[in-house]
Amino acid sequence: MASEEMEQLVRREYKQGFVTDIESDTVPPGLDESTIAFISQKKEEPQWMLEWRLEAYHQWLKMTPPSWAHLEYPPIDYQAISYFSAPKKPEDRPQSLDEVDPKLLETYEKLGIPLHERAALAGVAVDAVFDSVSVTTTFKEKLHEAGVIFCSISEAIREYPELVRQYLGTVVPQADNYFAALNSAVFTDGSFVYVPEGVKCPMELSTYFRINAANTGQFERTLIICDKQAQVSYLEGCTAPMRDENQLHAAVVELVALEDAYIKYSTVQNWYPGDEEGKGGIYNFVTKRGDCRGDRSRISWTQVETGSAITWKYPSCMLRGKESIGEFYSVAVTNGRQQADTGTKMIHIGENTRSTIVAKGIAAGRSDQAYRGLVKIGPRAKGARNYTQCDSLLIGDQCGAHTFPYQEIGNSTATVEHEATTSKIADDQLFYCRARGIDEEDAVSMIVNGFCKDVFQELPMEFAVEAEALLNVTLEGSVG
Amino acid sequence: MSAPERFLERLTARRAEDPSWVAARRQAGAARFEALGFPTRRDEEWKYTDVRRIAEGDFALATDAAFDTARFDEQRLDIDAYRLVLVDGVFSAELSRLDGLPAGVSLEPLSRAMAANHEAVGGSLGRLAGVDFSPFTALNTAFAEEGVIVRLAPGTVVDKPIYVLLLSRANERPVMSHPRVLIEAGARAEATIVEHYSGEPDAANFTNVVTEVLLDRGAIVDHYKLQEAALTDLHVASIHVDQGRDSRFNSYNLNLGGALVRTDLVTDLNAEGAEAAYNGLFFVQGRQHVDNHTLVNHNAPRTFSNENYKGVLDDRSRGVFNGKVFVKKDAQQIEAYQNNANLLLSDRAEIDTKPELVIYADDVKCSHGATTGQLDEEAVYALRSRGIDEPMARALLTLAFVGEVMDKVRLNVIAERVERAVAGRLPERFNLADLVETAEAIQEA
Amino acid sequence: MLEVKDLHVTVEDKAILKGLNLTINAGEVHAIMGPNGAGKSTLSAVIAGKDGYEVTQGTILFEGQDVLEMEIEERARAGLLLGFQYPVEIPGVKNIYLLKAALNAQRAARGEGEIPAPEFMKLVREKSAEMKMDPSFLQRAVNEGFSGGEKKRNEILQMLVLQPKLAMLDEIDSGLDIDAMKVVADGVNSLRDANRAILLVTHYQRLLNHIEPDHVHVLVDGRIVKSGDKDLALELEARGYDWVLEGSAA
Repeated sequence: MASEEMEQLVRREYKQGFVTDIESDTVPPGLDESTIAFISQKKEEPQWMLEWRLEAYHQWLKMTPPSWAHLEYPPIDYQAISYFSAPKKPEDRPQSLDEVDPKLLETYEKLGIPLHERAALAGVAVDAVFDSVSVTTTFKEKLHEAGVIFCSISEAIREYPELVRQYLGTVVPQADNYFAALNSAVFTDGSFVYVPEGVKCPMELSTYFRINAANTGQFERTLIICDKQAQVSYLEGCTAPMRDENQLHAAVVELVALEDAYIKYSTVQNWYPGDEEGKGGIYNFVTKRGDCRGDRSRISWTQVETGSAITWKYPSCMLRGKESIGEFYSVAVTNGRQQADTGTKMIHIGENTRSTIVAKGIAAGRSDQAYRGLVKIGPRAKGARNYTQCDSLLIGDQCGAHTFPYQEIGNSTATVEHEATTSKIADDQLFYCRARGIDEEDAVSMIVNGFCKDVFQELPMEFAVEAEALLNVTLEGSVG
Repeated sequence: MSAPERFLERLTARRAEDPSWVAARRQAGAARFEALGFPTRRDEEWKYTDVRRIAEGDFALATDAAFDTARFDEQRLDIDAYRLVLVDGVFSAELSRLDGLPAGVSLEPLSRAMAANHEAVGGSLGRLAGVDFSPFTALNTAFAEEGVIVRLAPGTVVDKPIYVLLLSRANERPVMSHPRVLIEAGARAEATIVEHYSGEPDAANFTNVVTEVLLDRGAIVDHYKLQEAALTDLHVASIHVDQGRDSRFNSYNLNLGGALVRTDLVTDLNAEGAEAAYNGLFFVQGRQHVDNHTLVNHNAPRTFSNENYKGVLDDRSRGVFNGKVFVKKDAQQIEAYQNNANLLLSDRAEIDTKPELVIYADDVKCSHGATTGQLDEEAVYALRSRGIDEPMARALLTLAFVGEVMDKVRLNVIAERVERAVAGRLPERFNLADLVETAEAIQEA
Repeated sequence: MLEVKDLHVTVEDKAILKGLNLTINAGEVHAIMGPNGAGKSTLSAVIAGKDGYEVTQGTILFEGQDVLEMEIEERARAGLLLGFQYPVEIPGVKNIYLLKAALNAQRAARGEGEIPAPEFMKLVREKSAEMKMDPSFLQRAVNEGFSGGEKKRNEILQMLVLQPKLAMLDEIDSGLDIDAMKVVADGVNSLRDANRAILLVTHYQRLLNHIEPDHVHVLVDGRIVKSGDKDLALELEARGYDWVLEGSAA
């Protein structure tokens, strides 16, 4: 394949780039104790929450950003970031869709998530996070009937303080890492889900995150608890408008699965990746961790990562309960000057725990991508099993794809298998498709989609369609 | 006094009479070592290996090369070879057999080469392993006063293996040695070189060896590192290989001995057609700790590498495998394969493995696999259904696991010795009293 | 329909075809036979546009168009289709996707719209039944885990769906047992009509018992050294390629 044709294919425009012109209630940039107090006060939080935040802040001050990832970026000025941005008039927040600013709805429309349709047709409740404050929550009542709590984390702190206090920070401690500590200090919103014992959540829960105001970091915090024998599937989509500056996104997601519970967490991440020269784009530094606390519990992460200038993300599972299961299915696509260092950690603590990792990386343009994963088998994890498959596909000769799998195995009854391959699209596969009359771009798209099949089939149906579309957009014009 | 200072004190005490250029080189090594200090587990390269046992040690430098002859005969490999022996880092003319070297082959102790201000010392030595590679290469550069220089003229095919035996004694006070090995193979030269580490059973010395191998166009070198030192010995080694066009380097890194062993093996495939094969085996017991770090740099198009490392771990031993394949930008049409398989025989053993691929070219075929597990229960069953008792079945399968690497070993003396060692040292529950005979009986049946 | 004139092809600087001439008209079935290494597969690969073959001399015209100037997919859309000797596996890509994409690409090239889904499903079901392929094959990844015979049947299935003007089948009989051969041959025979031509490349006469050729050419050392009707194949079977070589040398 000729390289200039490849070039063309690699080039594409960010299709979600537009800015919603809504007045924001934004604090001036900078971070100190008073900023945190301001956030806490704005959120009408109890005293313990403020103390918790400040504790995290003091730990953060003593920490340094991680340097081990295969990433390059200039140091971030944390005093130049504004830590709070909420749409104006918080007193009269819309109570239903009709009351929502039509411009906002239009934004969602452009994002391809028409709330009405989505809510009504697909039966999905959307807790839409616009910048930092949860604007509207649908289907609350239906969920209420089932006993499922689905609300913003701010609301949860006010309405269900015992639940929040019991679980917050128990999976990702305040000082877990630099970005988690920062998040713990300044998080502004995010989702809270509690599924009570024996309840199978009657619908898929979905949140769309979107970074809008310039220079505002987004620090959402999500906490999902599945009680005994409960089940939930949670979808998270992320996108952000085009900006010249780099914006920081440092989220924390904590999942807790008690006995026999099952949490499925799917992400389609399409933050703005910056332009061809690497200007602008989101720094996506996210800590996601699930705790399989109960026996036979199961946590499954599925992610399709196509956006962000830099992605630093390792959705992980702590497999404590006996026979608990952790899964990680990932497709990461980088193009232009994007950098991604992503993967997972499977920490096997309990007996007969099992984990599966399937990671597919596609690097194009001048991007750089790394899979970094840890499989740890503790001494008590008798009979633990892991299977890891990670494959990288390179499109063009200006990109890089790397694999860093760590295995720490301390039990003789464990079985751990890891396979990885790196290659380009095979010429004979391309030839075969073209010899059937399919043009090269479509052939590449077909082959790449085939390459990702094992992961896409883990996504809920509508997300799978979106993911395939996104993949094609990302690689649009990317093959000659 | 800090640990580096304590080590370097021995240097100032000893090396007053060096020629100025040697002194300058030592100085550079010492300065770098002092600046770096001993690595800690916070260094990614040393994440799983704690070298405090070395850093906290107090090691003297040996002054003689006396060694019990009976023990020597028992330890040495029974092969027809050109032989050079170091005892605690000191050259033993008495135990070495350097006569009858064919034309085009030079094999001499580093001290002689240094005394003669030999061009090899000033030129090639240190070209591949500078002071920046690790604190240990810096330390070696500061201290190296003995070692082995092998030089092969272009087109020379050496008729017999070159056998370097490094013995470690059970001294009253532990000693350290910093041997330096240089192998220079001219165009189309071919040789087999064995580095064999062995010694007295209670030796508790620190060996810090650096080997540099330069392969010119079309040269072929088989390099063996057979580590059979006492289970109390401390050992750090780095092997650096530079390969020219169409050259072949076959490494056999076979590790049975040592309390703490760290080996770094780095090959630079610098021209088209260069090919490297890494074969590795470690069998560890008790509280042994073995760390293998391998790196293949594909710096040129159409270069090939194939790596297969296997580990068997028993008791409370710990194994580390970190294998990295690096493909440079524009180094197209690369094939690189890497495999690491481990067998844990005990619940308290631990293996940490990290096979890495770092790839900047797109027309590549690279893959790696790492598996850790137990013996195939179906195979155990199959053997039992033929009337073999279970411990025996497990022992046989463990040998078979090791066999895949041993099959590649071309020096039979070494293959047999390692297999016997593995068989003889498998846990008692494996009932290995007469395993080899049984194995033979099965083969005949 | 197809006109190959004085074709010279080299692969990695080695001359494989050394002045090959071949004319195929609509409605005809041609068989190219020859010993291993004669250049049989090179011919079909060059016509289909595979990389790595350098045409140093000569022309290939398909319905008056210069084939060598066309992209691989353009050739396919124009109706030149190659059935592979060793069909490649494409993990994750369902057979049915490939068929649909290929058919729609062809239709688009002709200025037609996409085939309606029900119509497509009907067509594909019908054709796979003809090839005695279970519909489940359509849902599997292209050729992945297929047996040799299944791969060959799949190649013919694609022909039946895409209806090429010139179908080139490279060693389509290799690795087939007699039952599979029959199915494949029936499939190929069903393609025969007055507007279509078929080019069979084969080492053995066996296939020609099932698909009767109008013309048989013997390719030796990069050239067609002998042409005739179906009896030539029988003669070759009986007397071996040496006979032709001797004949041509004399």
